[in-house]
Amino acid sequence: MPRWDRVKESFFNGERLVDSFPRLLDAFVLDIKIFAWSTPAIIALALVLAIARSSRNPALFPIRIFVIGYIDIMRGVPVILWIYLIGFGVPGVGLERPFNSPLLWGSVALVMTYSAYIAEVFRAGIDSVHESQRAAARSLGLSNWQTMRFVILPQAIRRVVPPLMNDLVSLQKDVALVSLIGPIEILRQANIDKAKFANFTPYIGAAIIFLMITIPLTRTTDYLLARERKRTSATRVR
Amino acid sequence: MKLQLANVHKSFAERKVLAGLNLEVNAGEVVSFIGSSGSGKTTLLRCVNLLEPVDIGSIFLDGDEISQIGRDPDPIRRRIGIVFQSFNLFPHMSVRRNITLALTEVLNKSTQEADETAHLLLERFNLNEKIDAYPDQLSGGQQQRVAIVRALAMNPEVLLLDEITSALDPELVGEVLDVVRELKGSGITMLIATHEMNFAREISDRVCFLDTGAIAEQGRPEQIFNNPNDERTKQFLRRVQAVGKT
Repeated sequence: MPRWDRVKESFFNGERLVDSFPRLLDAFVLDIKIFAWSTPAIIALALVLAIARSSRNPALFPIRIFVIGYIDIMRGVPVILWIYLIGFGVPGVGLERPFNSPLLWGSVALVMTYSAYIAEVFRAGIDSVHESQRAAARSLGLSNWQTMRFVILPQAIRRVVPPLMNDLVSLQKDVALVSLIGPIEILRQANIDKAKFANFTPYIGAAIIFLMITIPLTRTTDYLLARERKRTSATRVR
Repeated sequence: MKLQLANVHKSFAERKVLAGLNLEVNAGEVVSFIGSSGSGKTTLLRCVNLLEPVDIGSIFLDGDEISQIGRDPDPIRRRIGIVFQSFNLFPHMSVRRNITLALTEVLNKSTQEADETAHLLLERFNLNEKIDAYPDQLSGGQQQRVAIVRALAMNPEVLLLDEITSALDPELVGEVLDVVRELKGSGITMLIATHEMNFAREISDRVCFLDTGAIAEQGRPEQIFNNPNDERTKQFLRRVQAVGKT
């Protein structure tokens, strides 16, 4: 039986934590950067994919098939495999700086995979808007695209905020996978410190830093949803 | 403005809903459609608005065939407004935006101009204090009146009313029908699918009794309600009388 003082020494070592924490925070800046530039790209690409997949124009049939194939392939393979394949593979074909950076291609891999996941979230939202809303919009003379933009998407996006935030919290954590192809972000820094001092406390430090971001993110989502409900409905059932 | 339907057929899967329907409606005329559920009233209106493509037959607006396959429906829909049984207001938009959306995006009016139209119409139907409310905050009757205003704001030549009081509590029916009463005589052509027999009798220039996807009998309201000729019309009216709807 491991004794509590041994566990404490190995995982909750105050001295090690104080020592590692600033380095971990420094490294975490890179995680935030990757998250910050990937997220807008992911949302934009996911929206385009979802809209293309939901389009009803018969002429767009080939595009729909392409999008379905893309989403199936991206979602059917583990994220980490795409990161290896794209993050190691693409720079390896002999690109010049700065286009040979694993950081760049690691981010591209995240954007490609997560946009496929989130496209399906958006599509579920689009499908959940009742057909009668489309009928009402079209009957006023709005085009298919205007109907999507003004009537369907705003309702669809509001409805999918919780699953969307779920995926963004996932993304926030999966950014750490990029460390596996080189860049020194928080997880890799924790690894280095763990190895250096033969102590697991840096991992706990990294976990604390992740939670500092993900928990407020989740609470903010709840708050936004509650506010939206309050604004548009009169009474609340207890 | 003249609306013509010639030999219109429409089926959903195996179910025949319209079977060779013929109809002519003159400008400014108010025509009501009565008949049991499934007789094709709603489908008829949805076909006129091109929300449903017809299988066989043609629909003409001023002699122009609007039901042609592949024709852009948007310019035609601007001339034909529809109000639905379930209101179908946009829940994420205020009353104001519900009304002005198509004005600014389809008719390219300025925000100010569109706002003015919304104000004037809401005032006319005593809804001006609701201009910034959201649909969920309104009663069913108010929502339906806003839906009528939304359709009217486009200044359509034809207004289709699809069982607009069927989803309402009985005490809210009156306020919605009052709006339609006010519209009669403003020159707008109205096609009304309804279960309110008294209302159909009062408001219509002509009443059409629909049965199995075609007009079984049509005529002035007094004639249809007092002296129906067709056996099916008689039966239908006896049935609705039995449940006190007339």
